[in-house]
Amino acid sequence: MSNHNRHERAQGSPYAPHTPEDTAAMLNAIGLESEAELFDVPAEVRFEDELGIESRSERELRAELSSTLAKNADLTEFLGRDHHTHYVPSLIDELSERSEFLTSYTQYQPEITQGFLQALFEYQSLVVELTGLPIANCSMYDAATALGEAARLAGRVRQASGTRVLVPEILHENKRAVLENYVDGTDLTVHTYPMADGTVDVEALAAAADEETAMIYAENPTVHGTIESRLADVGDVADDVEALFCLGSDVVALGLLTEPASVGADVVVGEADALGLPTAYGMGLGLFATREAFLRQVPGRLVGAGEDAAGKRAYTLTLQTREQHIRKERATSNICTNQAWVALRTAMHLAWLGPDGLVDLASQCVREAQSLAERLSELRGVKAPVHDRHHFREFLVRTDQPASAIANDLEASGFAVHVVDDHRLQVCVTDVNAAATDALVAAFEEAL
Amino acid sequence: MNHDQARYGDDERYEPLLSEKDTTSVDVDEQSPLPDDLTRDSLELPGLSEPEIARHYTRLSQMNWSVESGPYPLGSCTMKYNPSFTEDVAADPNGAVHPDRSEASLQGTLEVLHGLQDYLARIGGMDAVTLQPPAGAAGEFTGILVAKAYHESRDDDRSEVIVPASAHGTNFASAAMAGYDVVELPSGEDGRVDLDALEAAVSEDTAALMLTNPNTVGLFERDIVEIADIVHDAGGLLYYDGANLNALLGRARPGDMGFDVMHYNVHKTFATPHGGGGPGAGPVGVVDDLVEFLPSPRVCETEGGYELCEPEQTIGKVHGYQGNWLVLVKAYAYIARLGDEGLEDASAKAVLNANYLAEQIDYEIPYEPFHHEFAATAGDRDAADVAKRMLDYGVHPPTTKWPEFVPEAMLTEPTEAESRASLDDLAAAFNAAMADSIEDVESAPSKTTARRIDQAAAARNPRLSWHALGDEE
Repeated sequence: MSNHNRHERAQGSPYAPHTPEDTAAMLNAIGLESEAELFDVPAEVRFEDELGIESRSERELRAELSSTLAKNADLTEFLGRDHHTHYVPSLIDELSERSEFLTSYTQYQPEITQGFLQALFEYQSLVVELTGLPIANCSMYDAATALGEAARLAGRVRQASGTRVLVPEILHENKRAVLENYVDGTDLTVHTYPMADGTVDVEALAAAADEETAMIYAENPTVHGTIESRLADVGDVADDVEALFCLGSDVVALGLLTEPASVGADVVVGEADALGLPTAYGMGLGLFATREAFLRQVPGRLVGAGEDAAGKRAYTLTLQTREQHIRKERATSNICTNQAWVALRTAMHLAWLGPDGLVDLASQCVREAQSLAERLSELRGVKAPVHDRHHFREFLVRTDQPASAIANDLEASGFAVHVVDDHRLQVCVTDVNAAATDALVAAFEEAL
Repeated sequence: MNHDQARYGDDERYEPLLSEKDTTSVDVDEQSPLPDDLTRDSLELPGLSEPEIARHYTRLSQMNWSVESGPYPLGSCTMKYNPSFTEDVAADPNGAVHPDRSEASLQGTLEVLHGLQDYLARIGGMDAVTLQPPAGAAGEFTGILVAKAYHESRDDDRSEVIVPASAHGTNFASAAMAGYDVVELPSGEDGRVDLDALEAAVSEDTAALMLTNPNTVGLFERDIVEIADIVHDAGGLLYYDGANLNALLGRARPGDMGFDVMHYNVHKTFATPHGGGGPGAGPVGVVDDLVEFLPSPRVCETEGGYELCEPEQTIGKVHGYQGNWLVLVKAYAYIARLGDEGLEDASAKAVLNANYLAEQIDYEIPYEPFHHEFAATAGDRDAADVAKRMLDYGVHPPTTKWPEFVPEAMLTEPTEAESRASLDDLAAAFNAAMADSIEDVESAPSKTTARRIDQAAAARNPRLSWHALGDEE
């Protein structure tokens, strides 16, 4: 075994500061002779064997993990589907990794954690501005779990009766699966309504909705990248059957597309990690906003403004009687640790972009998708976009040749795209990979 | 210890909000490439320069306490030092990949995840592990769904989950979320599970008992083998809440104690930064009988490399993708840095620190022998007030008023990362806060950025965004 300790201490934790003398003195102070005596564990369940985990030095581990991760193929990704990324400015890493932010925890003592509380209050405020809804929590795990929580909220509130949750036919299968688990312990059931050419078929939705409907969910953009044009009609259908209207979106799209409050959305959920986080193998940040009426049914932490003894504005976690540590089995959610640090980063990124920067970035998501779709459509045996709709970031591509064969060829050329089914691919383009579209089109042509 | 926290701002506030520094409204329709009916009309956000943003967040960071600022002995939260090198490992650009890629193109990521599954299984004495749950509470929910699927697969209809009164609030909430009736088990006089009460509580309706060991006042459940027998004889499963695993690394394993399913709080036990309230990660380990019910996918090793595989009777998904990668990779690096001896030593020093600190403070500690944390009582003082006074001495106070069965509880978990000198400072803060006049205690804190905040008033009049501040300015 390598000599992995920074000091010549016993082969123990490098992050426990004790010298052998400290340990001896401390044991002596509590009247014990050995560390083994610290443990009140009956012999029958004591673990005497070895775990078999070999310690490595910091340098060895950095080399090892660097070489392990280098086994990932070097691909330019044109992948999206609920996990998007945009260029993350250096400022975000620099500021968010300040250890005062990074190594703090939930603000149980607000007087000494004003900095993080204010940052989360600002995050909530930015989400309020983007959604038009007055209440935003300070994070859920990701878009899928936020949707699950929204359905549970719909099941609890008086304003919605019924037990049916209606979701669109075009929906990420993982999101649907998470939703099914979140309603598993309730009397809610999940049902699908049809889409027409990539967006909500409002007439079919109206036919599917009835007084047993608790919530109608729609997305803008959809997981296929299509932009909805009849959201106000969806809101009306929900109103007609006294169901909640839950709208899914993401933090960049919200800067450009129809404001959710203006079409009657009761809850907005979605992906907020599209800003602030680099691609992180699906790690997310769930956005959750709602109307004032549901304030006391909101899941998760809320930061509020109040006043301190000096008469100054100060921030604190608030309305905690909704939460598990007080309300136990009657809590609005079991969530405790959330994604606060990602929310901090997202707020920083929004601040960095400013309103012009956000609208520019979102507009680029429309223009790049349109332009790439047009170029792919010029290839023989390729039609893009499949849906005759406006698109945001991503779109479907129909191919005469088998889609998986094309995707394999593209991967061999250094590009990752998503295979939807036998003859459909999905391609996502943002500011991060826009410079590689020429090469992608060339490789695509080659693959045909 | 002298301490004055940074305090910026003016007579109204400690630092103006982004929106108070600038608010810019843009006409979205004008810039948009889309037809007007698809877009919002306008957007109003702060429009600040990069230097202004850098200063804003630097000031906010200075008005925030953290593990690297000083002692942070929040009981049940395990606020230990977070090794810097794990940040560099997590920032590796080769790890910044999209989860929809082909498995063949993700062999590095899958190898790390498989390695972590293996480490966690060894540490917990479990047969298989899923890394998908994004936090401890999500792990509980996952574990209970797995237990539910197991019972359902045997056509065994069970409706109750038993939770000790002393358990973390998440246990109750997670069991209820999964659709179970929660049966609360009163604590025995010695602070542990009362076997007679447990015998009386179990029945053919018992799906599981959720247990923390050491429990929430740091006591090891000495009767764990009998507890496991009682639950198993009734046909129930035994669930281990991993929040307190930092006490037992390499000394005792939930699997050997008879637990069937457990979650790990990797942000606690395995030192990933808490990030002001997350992200964490809550992997779930299970014994053989439950493997086929785990969430999909798991990482499996085959002759050709690593693959994502779907357990045959999977409960499905508990996260949109595969959980909090950036947290998981840091946990892997931490475990590998420590190895067998380091892990064992971490727990020994965590327990030593708790016992040494307890010895130095003039507080009654009703339940002993404790391990990595202890519940002191503030006696005839209000624990919340004492905690506020501790802030003035340059330390973060313990978790207060919990667990509820300890009067005026101060649940204290110093972790292994505090030196003896730091523990002496912390003890001095405990003792000074208790010795100070009641006036000083009730008017504290004064050295923190904000003075005492009226939380009740803030809750009565919720103002949750800068839009709600309105007439204050």
